[in-house]
Amino acid sequence: MSETTTLTNVKTGTWGGGKSPFSISYGKLMMWIFLLSDAFTFSSLLVAYGFIRHSYASNLVTPWPSPDHVFNHFPFLHGVHLPLMFVSLMTFILIFSSVTMVLAVEAGHRMAKKEVGMYMFLTILGGIGFLSCQAWEWTQFITGTHEGRMLADGSIFHGANLQMNQYGPTPFGDLFFIVTGFHGFHVLSGVVINIIIYLNVLGGTYEKRGHYEMVEKVGLYWHFVDLVWVFVFTFYYLI
Amino acid sequence: MSNQNLNQDNHGHSDDHGHHKETFISKYVFSMDHKMIAKQFLITGIIMGTLGMAMSMIFRLQLAFPDMKFPFFEGIMGHWGKDGKLDPNFYLALITIHGTIMVFYVLTAGLSGTFSNLLIPLQVGARDMASPFLNMLSYWFFFLSSCVLVSSLFVDGGPASAGWTIYPPLSALPKAIPGSGTGMTLWLVAIILFIASALLGGVNYITTVLNMRTLGMKMTRLPLTIWAFLVTAVLGLLSFPVLLGAGLLLIFDRSFGTSFYLADIPADMAGGIERVGGSPILFQHLFWFLGHPEVYIILLPALGITSEVIATNSRKPIFGYRAMIGSILAIAVLSFIVWGHHMFITGMNPFLGSVFVLGTLIIAVPSAVKTFNYIATLWKGNLQLTPAMLFAIGLVSFFISGGLTGLFLGNAALDINLHDTYFVVAHFHIVMGSAAIFGMMSGIYHWFPKMFGRMMNKSLGYAHFWLTFISAYCVFFPMHFMGLAGVPRRYYANTAYDQFSTFVDMNVFITIAALIGGAAQLLFLFNFFYSIRKGKKATQNPWNSNTLEWTAPVKHLHGNWPGDIPHVYRWPYDYSKPGSEVDFIPQNIPEEGQTDPLQEMASQHNH
Repeated sequence: MSETTTLTNVKTGTWGGGKSPFSISYGKLMMWIFLLSDAFTFSSLLVAYGFIRHSYASNLVTPWPSPDHVFNHFPFLHGVHLPLMFVSLMTFILIFSSVTMVLAVEAGHRMAKKEVGMYMFLTILGGIGFLSCQAWEWTQFITGTHEGRMLADGSIFHGANLQMNQYGPTPFGDLFFIVTGFHGFHVLSGVVINIIIYLNVLGGTYEKRGHYEMVEKVGLYWHFVDLVWVFVFTFYYLI
Repeated sequence: MSNQNLNQDNHGHSDDHGHHKETFISKYVFSMDHKMIAKQFLITGIIMGTLGMAMSMIFRLQLAFPDMKFPFFEGIMGHWGKDGKLDPNFYLALITIHGTIMVFYVLTAGLSGTFSNLLIPLQVGARDMASPFLNMLSYWFFFLSSCVLVSSLFVDGGPASAGWTIYPPLSALPKAIPGSGTGMTLWLVAIILFIASALLGGVNYITTVLNMRTLGMKMTRLPLTIWAFLVTAVLGLLSFPVLLGAGLLLIFDRSFGTSFYLADIPADMAGGIERVGGSPILFQHLFWFLGHPEVYIILLPALGITSEVIATNSRKPIFGYRAMIGSILAIAVLSFIVWGHHMFITGMNPFLGSVFVLGTLIIAVPSAVKTFNYIATLWKGNLQLTPAMLFAIGLVSFFISGGLTGLFLGNAALDINLHDTYFVVAHFHIVMGSAAIFGMMSGIYHWFPKMFGRMMNKSLGYAHFWLTFISAYCVFFPMHFMGLAGVPRRYYANTAYDQFSTFVDMNVFITIAALIGGAAQLLFLFNFFYSIRKGKKATQNPWNSNTLEWTAPVKHLHGNWPGDIPHVYRWPYDYSKPGSEVDFIPQNIPEEGQTDPLQEMASQHNH
């Protein structure tokens, strides 16, 4: 038995086979690889955005609108010009939910079931908060402003749909819906997965299993979704 | 005990794996055993391949005899072949679905799906894939995707007809051509299911190779097949998501009235909604960002199989093992930065074009390294000309002759003249189509005993090889000359142009060669299905090969090895080693003075 113990503790060389070179389970490695792949899906949408926006760089007839003038509303504050304030709040909520996720993972390492549960709950709240904000933002974008835009036939068009919008060229609205929509879909999936994991935590599944690795795995996904939002925020709203 | 733990990598598998009860459903249908999933991929791939080949026979008949009537057309295609004449719209549908099937369903899923699944766990020394469940899902997504694609043949308006590259606006406007309607929608659904399958498979392949190698299986002791499958999976994982993104935008353009890919289309042509502001070139960029790596997703597994088959059957170590790995990696990296060479004539900045030319021509370097290494391995080898070996050598031949024309097409200036002609058709059918099919055939003949425990018939194999090899050259080689003369691809008939009348006889010749090649595949189909049931019983290591899969018993076990997983002490190419009595030393045989790797590492550690 003593020999066995010494052998399992031997340094066998990182890539020598017989163990994971990164010392992680196959599930966590798969999550990393999946996220790498998903990053390329988001990249393709952001590249499409960059490609089309660039083609409007010298278009003076229908210039690409400045996000400062489109996203300048805040709930209960009518008529106040608050450029990007609301979307900054959304970003803050989402990033804060990442912090609570980190705390949940950390508590998992200590096998502190109650704390994991509490922080998972806060993370879920953050996710739902972000999605609610996004719903408000979409409503605002779709209904549009009082001024609207005068069309060629003299009528006024308010807000936005997939076919046209009052703010600028059609692809501006299309890309808003597809890029933030695809991200929102990821957040929604993340919230659903988090709820499942949360229920498992409460039910003691991971307590019995002896580790909270599932919390870590969904944590990876959650941080990824937040990271993607940072890029969406930068490219779509800030630039 | 400790060995077992290390080998098992703590993923819930254990030795008593083979003992639980298996029903018909869990063994043959929703199987989670990688060997069964490999067979499922192979047989689905063969069925799809037969379908794709049959389509090519129909449009080859049309091209050779544009004025003739074939009454059986009406029998098999209904109103698309009315009075024995092929409908021009259906001709487009046939070439589209032929391309889609061959590229995605046969040479991606049929090739990677089969051999990655079969060989990765067996050759790295693992009980199964990292996640057998996801592996099963991967097959069933592929199966579903195949069903959707095949069902699109029967919808109103016919299947997708915009070419396998589905460029907008033909693919983006449902009313553009008959195939742009339901058929195109089903095509997109099929491809999205396919991408899901490819991603699930790829995640598994990479994880298994990285995480689950048996003790002693260093990365530099992996067979080249595994290196090829690993890099292929990485390519797929990074490029298919981009096609997913592109397809998503296309679906929005088709169904929800957006204008991502539509630059300036009046409302009456686009479902009542004016489409402005997008760009069809955007689609081409996104598509070819997948499309070019896809070429190597197809080729690399075939090249990996060839490396293994050629080394085994030359009874020599593969020449330049590390150079082979290096060239696989170089090809993989380069394949992501050359997609623009499919788009030279889209009006891109000539400077950008020259960057893509440079990258494209640089790919010739690692490709040539591989070719020379194959030839150097064959040189003065003790050649065992099995059917698998012949197909592997055939691949090298196609890889050379098709690769050379790539140098012409990769040049932006020459491409102005050559693009969209039969020169392109000739090029990619030789270097990607024929070469990869030959790699796949080589793999089937070589690993058939591993898959089915029986041998395929050798004589039929030789007949299959020679007929296929000669007919493939007869079909595709003359197309170069047609392309140089300007004959455009994808045309229903070239009778309207006097200058192409010189090629009438050549078209007949090509079609006859194609029919012979098609008939040769029937030999293969017969041999394949007959040998599954009635073939000669295989021995455990029929080719005297070094790799680990041949240390597993002929009869498949769920869990692969009855006892412990073998440990690995050497690289897989110790053939005809000087001083050794036998001409092969399997990877699980210790070197002289070598003890168990664990003991060895322990003693190193103690020093």
